[in-house]
Amino acid sequence: MFDIAAFIPRAIGQSVPLLLGCTGEILTEKSGNLNLGIPGVMYVGGIGGVIGAFYYEQNAAATGNFNPLLAVLIPLLCSFALSLVMGLIYCFLTVTLRANQNVTGLAMTTFGVGIGNFFGGSLIKLSGADVPSIALSKTSSCFSAALPFAEKLGWFGKIFLSYGFLCYSAFIIAIITTLILIKTRVGLHLRAVGESPSTADAAGINVSKYKYISTCLGCMIAGLGGLYYVMDYASGVWSNDAFGDRGWLAIALVIFSIWNPLIGIFASILFGGLYILYLYIPTGMDYMEFKELYKMIPYVVTLIVLVITSMRNKKENQPPASLGLSYFREER
Amino acid sequence: MKKGSEPIFHIVKRDVAPWYKSWGVRAIAIIAALLVCGIITTLTTGLNPIKVYATFAQGAFGSARKVWITMQNMSVLLIISLALTPAFKMRFWNIGGEGQVLAGALATAACMICLGDKVPNALLIVIMTVSALAAGALWGFIPAFFKAKWNTNETLSTLMMNYIATQIVAFFTIVWEVPKGSFTVGIINSSSNAGWLPQLFGQKYLLPIVVAAVVTASMFVYLKYSKHGYEIAVVGESEKTAKYVGMKTEKIIIRTMILSGALCGLAGWILVGGINHTITTTINSGQGFTAVMVSWLAKFNPITMIFTSFLIIFLERGAGEISTSFGLNQSFSDILTGIILFFIIGCEFFITYKIVPRKKKTK
Repeated sequence: MFDIAAFIPRAIGQSVPLLLGCTGEILTEKSGNLNLGIPGVMYVGGIGGVIGAFYYEQNAAATGNFNPLLAVLIPLLCSFALSLVMGLIYCFLTVTLRANQNVTGLAMTTFGVGIGNFFGGSLIKLSGADVPSIALSKTSSCFSAALPFAEKLGWFGKIFLSYGFLCYSAFIIAIITTLILIKTRVGLHLRAVGESPSTADAAGINVSKYKYISTCLGCMIAGLGGLYYVMDYASGVWSNDAFGDRGWLAIALVIFSIWNPLIGIFASILFGGLYILYLYIPTGMDYMEFKELYKMIPYVVTLIVLVITSMRNKKENQPPASLGLSYFREER
Repeated sequence: MKKGSEPIFHIVKRDVAPWYKSWGVRAIAIIAALLVCGIITTLTTGLNPIKVYATFAQGAFGSARKVWITMQNMSVLLIISLALTPAFKMRFWNIGGEGQVLAGALATAACMICLGDKVPNALLIVIMTVSALAAGALWGFIPAFFKAKWNTNETLSTLMMNYIATQIVAFFTIVWEVPKGSFTVGIINSSSNAGWLPQLFGQKYLLPIVVAAVVTASMFVYLKYSKHGYEIAVVGESEKTAKYVGMKTEKIIIRTMILSGALCGLAGWILVGGINHTITTTINSGQGFTAVMVSWLAKFNPITMIFTSFLIIFLERGAGEISTSFGLNQSFSDILTGIILFFIIGCEFFITYKIVPRKKKTK
């Protein structure tokens, strides 16, 4: 029987990394930067948290006092710091040195996934575990702590209240980002930079500053997605390559949600559901192969949506006009 | 303007830099990148830097077999990079190389498995070649059709096609798995060797190298001297100009992507028929993405691509050697490759622009 009360929390759990990646990428793309390095950034954000948590847990085990607040703050800060570094590398190359954004992004992905798997692998060796993964269950329990009364509320609590704080933050970040983009002057300037940097420049907006800040913030938000995945969804277990291709899916979601994080919320839940749908379609042991085909669904749906939005070709649903192009003031 | 707030330099676009200058800048960047890599390796392994570089070279050229494998890997990467190049020249960001290679590989494996003992070997190889080319071409055609018809963003559609191909391969891996439940296909036709591509002059690594050489030469001629190559360049520079002079841009986009996909399919054909004799979802190990960088670094010039693909494979093999001999994991090479790419990408700035210090004002 299809258990909807069990399905929805899992779909939402899947959707959070996608939503954070998507929100971060929307913020980045609004400034005209197409950051294909998001998959790498998300790995780096995840491993940053793991490194922080690993050393804090070891330290706590040695001294004997484990402070839940620090256990959350340290991985969070490490994750932010490393994602910020990735963002700065990208900005320095594409904004200051005006390099090609596609190539820089792909190099960032190679680099970021490499960093994640390399340090992950090294920590696994350091921890001397038998299985190829690190379990940070103490830290994870702080990250995924739900409201204490959630369990008493039956299906309602299960669907709405059973998540860790990062999950709610993801939704709040998406809403705040939308409000900033649409309602504030800063958002207006940012969109101007993405649509036509030369016009923005002429109007006295500091194009480079806007690009730097929005891309770095975008990377930090996306990195948070990697952190959420390890600490909450995977219950603190880091194993190499486990994060998979969610980063690319997050980039696809940007198109799906037509550059609006609010739509991104619903789209990411839909994608999260599609991502795990294969687990819920009964196939039986004889037809394992069809599960592989069901895993294809999110990608096929994205492709179809991509084609449909381009067919309808509405003006307000288009990407920022200068997306993917570097800006050089003296060029005409 | 406030005193002191004036920038101390400004940036000017160069005319075309002379070749010795541009290659000089690139050489400096690569040397700087190697230095940084050496420092990082020393920090993580505690090894003296000179030994690091020696191990690097060892990984790529340590023995005759290693040299052959380096050449073979380089050839496959070169073919994929060449395949993507005409599309890139047209400003069609085909990052679907991965999927197109997999499509070709899958078609090859399907022929080997289904027709293995039913048709003579020579005919089988012909069928394999044709179907690999066709499968790759189909995988290139789909996004190109959407792009030409409705201007669908190709970066994302080709990306999605990658994952669709991966899942289809995963599906067939289970259909064909030997033995049941192992989730791998195993070596195909290991007893009869049906459909295994022939060894040239008794040397099993030679075939990919020869194919790569042929593809490089023909791509160079195609892009530089043929009418098609010219049309691709015009569409890439300005689609409006192309339309204005009466070129059918839709047709050019679709035709170029079919070529691009078919060549990727050819790489898949080599991977399955000539090298691995099996199929997995990771048979291409991300080379579809690496090829984007190889092609771009070479400024879409097929001849230069020989060097850039060599550089990337050299790094990969060298870093791989460092990882195995010091018990680091394989991802270390990704980090080093990433760093080197950052340097090379960054150095293009100094080729295109020059920094002019502000002249002191004379009072």
